[in-house]
Amino acid sequence: MTDEGKASTGSEEEAAVPAGRRFPAGDLARVAVFAALIAVLGLPGTLNVFGDAVPITLQTLGVMLTGAILGTWRGALAVAVLLVLVAAGLPLLAGGRGGLGVFTGPSAGFLIGWLPGAAVTGWIVERGGRAPGTVRLLVACLLGGVGVVYLLGVPVQAAVTGLSLGKTALLSAAFLPGDVAKAILTSVVARGTQRAYPDAVPAVHRERLRAGGR
Amino acid sequence: MNGLTGAYVRGGSPLHRLPAGAKLAGLAASCTALVLLRSPASLAGAAAVVAALYAISGVGAAAAWAQIRPVRWFVVSLFLLQLLLADAAGAVSSSLRVVLAVALAGLVTLTTRTADLMACLERCLAPAALVGLDPFRLALLLSLTLRSVPVVAGLVTRVREAQLARGVERSPRAFAVPLVVSALRHADALGEALAARGLDD
Repeated sequence: MTDEGKASTGSEEEAAVPAGRRFPAGDLARVAVFAALIAVLGLPGTLNVFGDAVPITLQTLGVMLTGAILGTWRGALAVAVLLVLVAAGLPLLAGGRGGLGVFTGPSAGFLIGWLPGAAVTGWIVERGGRAPGTVRLLVACLLGGVGVVYLLGVPVQAAVTGLSLGKTALLSAAFLPGDVAKAILTSVVARGTQRAYPDAVPAVHRERLRAGGR
Repeated sequence: MNGLTGAYVRGGSPLHRLPAGAKLAGLAASCTALVLLRSPASLAGAAAVVAALYAISGVGAAAAWAQIRPVRWFVVSLFLLQLLLADAAGAVSSSLRVVLAVALAGLVTLTTRTADLMACLERCLAPAALVGLDPFRLALLLSLTLRSVPVVAGLVTRVREAQLARGVERSPRAFAVPLVVSALRHADALGEALAARGLDD
């Protein structure tokens, strides 16, 4: 990671902020790769946490991880990129789902909820500074990746199916234990990643970008 | 996953020729209408319209079923639940509403090329320029993501093999941490390469 080359590119002094300053190539690459990571975690057989009996996909784990590692805006952008590609008809969701049908189907709200979900996860992690602890990561994943997602998902499902809000919430509660387990796993994985690769902490990454003069 | 080709079915029907933006707007309007329709009779009328649209498009029954297939168990359980909690009319109309919304969206997917839809979505994302994203970067971001899917899938295979070699194939942590770290390494190397080619200038 040497940033000397970029410091001398010269065009930074212009009055108008160049596009690269607000959204540098490094962030662009991170957003693209994490959007791809969310897609890959939804492929069948990527990881079976509880064996083959319970088909739990890890796509939401990818969403929470993206928020925790990329931070508020980049995390939400990565989810947005994935959803745009899905809307364009690519089978990138768990089980090879894709196309506009997923946005009119009963679980549309949960998908849309990924956007603020990743953002809230990232926001809480960013508040943790240079070394967010496991507890903070867990709270971030539970509030962002589970709380916010259900907050959007349940009302939309109620509207699409015509069931009452209470009944829909009761139905969705069946998925709650799995999602909580995924939030716990995400916080452990995010902590491990950020220890192994300090630049995976949003605050550290931002400081490095500033120090690099970009 | 059968490649990243989407589900487009070649054809020359009026639906195929309609611009992608018009189809998206129509989809949004008809899905709103579906949520507002309450009586089984009006939903039956909507079903006839959707069936007629499918007939006009000429995509074939197999392609149509492939669009609805993912929600089939959901619809069955919704129908049974509604039958228990409410009445037969409510059960029919709520499951019909779900099937019709998914079928309509599927019709847009089937009759629109991925490239056309993507171009249209890129135009819709144009307001992103206000927060510092120019359209070129957005297009690059989308294609870079598509390119990264097979790369990250390759990383998964490598991490899996390493996991087997270490004898920790049951541990999700021994899978996910190396995967995310190697994805980050790849992303940061990619970013350096893009910057070195003058993307930030």
